[in-house]
Formats: sequence, C-alpha cells, structure tokens
Amino acid sequence: MNQLSTLTDAELVQRCRAGDSDAWGELVERYSRYVYAICVRGFRLSEEDADDVFQDVFTRAFMRLETLRDDSALRPWIAQLTRRRCLDAISGGGREQPIDETSTEVGTAGMEEIDEAFAVREAIATLSDACQEILDRFFAQDQSYRTISDELDIPAGTIASRIARCLRKLRDELEGRNDASEGSRD
Amino acid sequence: MTRSHDEERLGELLRLLRPAPEAWVRAAQELPFARRTFDEIVARAEADLEFRAALIADLEAALQQQGYEPGRRVVDELRKRLTES
Repeated sequence: MNQLSTLTDAELVQRCRAGDSDAWGELVERYSRYVYAICVRGFRLSEEDADDVFQDVFTRAFMRLETLRDDSALRPWIAQLTRRRCLDAISGGGREQPIDETSTEVGTAGMEEIDEAFAVREAIATLSDACQEILDRFFAQDQSYRTISDELDIPAGTIASRIARCLRKLRDELEGRNDASEGSRD
Repeated sequence: MTRSHDEERLGELLRLLRPAPEAWVRAAQELPFARRTFDEIVARAEADLEFRAALIADLEAALQQQGYEPGRRVVDELRKRLTES
C-alpha cells in the first residue's frame, strides 16, 4: 500500500489541484474500475465506446477538478460524469445530455450495485496485502487456483482456504462498518 | 452503502469491479503530462506563425516532425483549439 492510497478523496483532490501528478495517478487508479464498471456493466457499452467514455471522463475530471464544490463528493461527481457520457455514447451523438439526474434511467438499476461493490473494494484496502492480492486475482481477474499458485508461489491446495479466510475477514470488516454506522445513528 | 454480506455475495460484488485495460488507465494517468505538452504546443503556435500554419495544414505530420507524440485526445483538442482561434 503506498502513501497516496491512504489519502481521503478530499485530500487527493486537493493534491491534484496543486499539480501533484502522482496524486492524479492515484485518483485514476482508485476510480478506474468504477468508471469501467459503469460503462460496461451498468450501460453495457462496447469496449470501443467504453474506451472513449473512460478517457473522456478522466479528461473532463482533470480539466474540471476546480469546479468540484465538495472535495469529498468525488465519487458521485465521477459517477455523474460517467453516466452522462454513457448516455451520450448510447444516443450516438457527440453532444452532451442536459444535466438532469432523473433522466439517467439506463443503467440506474446497476448503479446501486456498482456503488456497493465500490464500498466493498474500499473495505478490501484495510485487509493485508496478501488477502487483497488473492481476492482480487480470484474474483476480479478470474485467475485459476493454478495461476494464483504459480504467480504467488503458494501451494494450490491452500488457495481455497485462503480465499475463504480473506472473505471472512472482509465480511467482518464490513459488519464492523455496519455496526459503527448504526451506532452513530443511535 | 453498508449492508450484510454473505461470502457468495461478496464474491459477486468483487467480480463487478474488474480492472480496466491497463493502457486505458495509463493514458488517463498521463493526462497531466499530455496537458503540459498541449499547453506547450499552443503557446508555440501562438508565437510562431509558420509553426501554426504547418499545424493547420497537417496536424499529425507537423507534430511528429517537431518531435511531439501526443495521444489522440490531445490531437483532437488541439485541432479544435486551432480551428477556433
């Protein structure tokens, strides 16, 4: 885990505004899967359209970071930029859709799930590097036990139990967050 | 965004956020450098009319001749900027 990955979104945005290109690299890293998922899972864009939208979203985010009013609202801002560009791509025009949060019916059903997945990914960052690595390789990268075993140099027979153990830790982490948020509402 | 998760559900959610293609991520991460190149080209085009004319005539060729290798989006942006000015 690098030092930038521990920054909050607001801190990251502030560093990007100050011209820190490493911070920008981390921002892209943090949100690349999210934007990609909205494009290809939420809106089912082709890879070609998704590539265009992906680059355009980050270009706009980079150029317009100054206009973000609440630095901690980076995720909804990026989600909104991405949804709008996906709608543009679907309508087939280069023109921007009017800003209307209620008009994003396409893909809305998937957005809640993608946001949930993003929260799970944030929770993963609190696990050990070994757990992060094995969960990501198995679930997000579809690697087989054999590939994981070869690349991480761990016995293939222990992969399933390691995955199960890491998932339990992840669940505990998320339940801890649930308890904390429920406690804070009491 | 917190709710109870069984391990199967966690697996489904983890599968949802697959890595974007590396080249896409790299291109987006290089935007600050692309931006600097862009600003440099625009400033030079404003100061050097011959360079500006060459850019308008054949943008890609003029950029390559001058040793610039900007990505497609910078080229598109530059073309827009040159035709607007």
